[in-house]
Amino acid sequence: MFQFDSFQDFIFMSGHGPYVWVSYGVTLAVMGYLVIGPMLRKKNVKKAVQSQKARAERQLERGKNASS
Amino acid sequence: MGSFSQWFHRLGAPKSFYRVTDSWLPWLAAATALLLVVGLVWGLAFAPQDAKQGNSFRIIYIHVPAAFLALAGYYVMAVAGAVGLIWRMKLSFMVMKCAAPLGAALTFASLFTGALWGKPTWGTYWVWDARITSMLVLFFLYLGVIALHHAYSNLDAANKASAVLALVGTVNIPIIYKSVDWWYTLHQPATIKFSGDTSMHPDMLQPLIVMIAGFYCFYALALIMATRAEILHRERRTDWVGALLVGEGRS
Repeated sequence: MFQFDSFQDFIFMSGHGPYVWVSYGVTLAVMGYLVIGPMLRKKNVKKAVQSQKARAERQLERGKNASS
Repeated sequence: MGSFSQWFHRLGAPKSFYRVTDSWLPWLAAATALLLVVGLVWGLAFAPQDAKQGNSFRIIYIHVPAAFLALAGYYVMAVAGAVGLIWRMKLSFMVMKCAAPLGAALTFASLFTGALWGKPTWGTYWVWDARITSMLVLFFLYLGVIALHHAYSNLDAANKASAVLALVGTVNIPIIYKSVDWWYTLHQPATIKFSGDTSMHPDMLQPLIVMIAGFYCFYALALIMATRAEILHRERRTDWVGALLVGEGRS
């Protein structure tokens, strides 16, 4: 059963609202960061590997042109 | 036994770990999301308020799970470090390294939510109570492992030193568990007991159990994701990572 009379009542939580909502907000933000962090890291590694590969291919191309 | 040790060894190779966990992630993510959404709505809106504490009591639904995983995560980190030291397993050290910031973040969350719960309940954000102080020590142990790992330029030395610190720090864990019984100060004793009666009404306990299960799934998800990113970074110059990442970009 819903414990509050109204939505305002739910947000206010009989005066404890700020404590409850800040607790939940900060914890969920921390948890979000813990999941997004590895995703960003993977993206960075991917970018580095791709640009490294592109550089290697360009060098190979240049090598071919110079020798011909 | 033979097939288990084979499986264990295969999982121990970073490349196989990456492949095997690929199919785990969607399931873990779905379970985490489902449990956390159900637990949050239940705990915030539908669980009855505490007769003495009122609505501030609802902080329990993130405070206790975060503290549970902060402690369990320390064991994960220490055991991973021990496995790395004993069997010289590369992957194990990677898990240890990734478990440190994860555990530090969860310890921070439990201290932070504890402080916000303390204000309306005890009238203060912070006391040097045994439980709270030993949790703060846990936070510094996690930070210590992170800092020590960064302090060495040699990876092998960094792994060994942080594994030893992680293992030494395990003495703090039983102190945290027992602190509420040994020094009866402000922090209340454990409400959930694995043996004997749990001193909590089922209407309040059920959402808490859902949240704890959700945090366990979240922990597994976050640790596997961090370890996979670490593997990619470590092995970024190998052919398999090259093929995997460049192939992904073109498709």
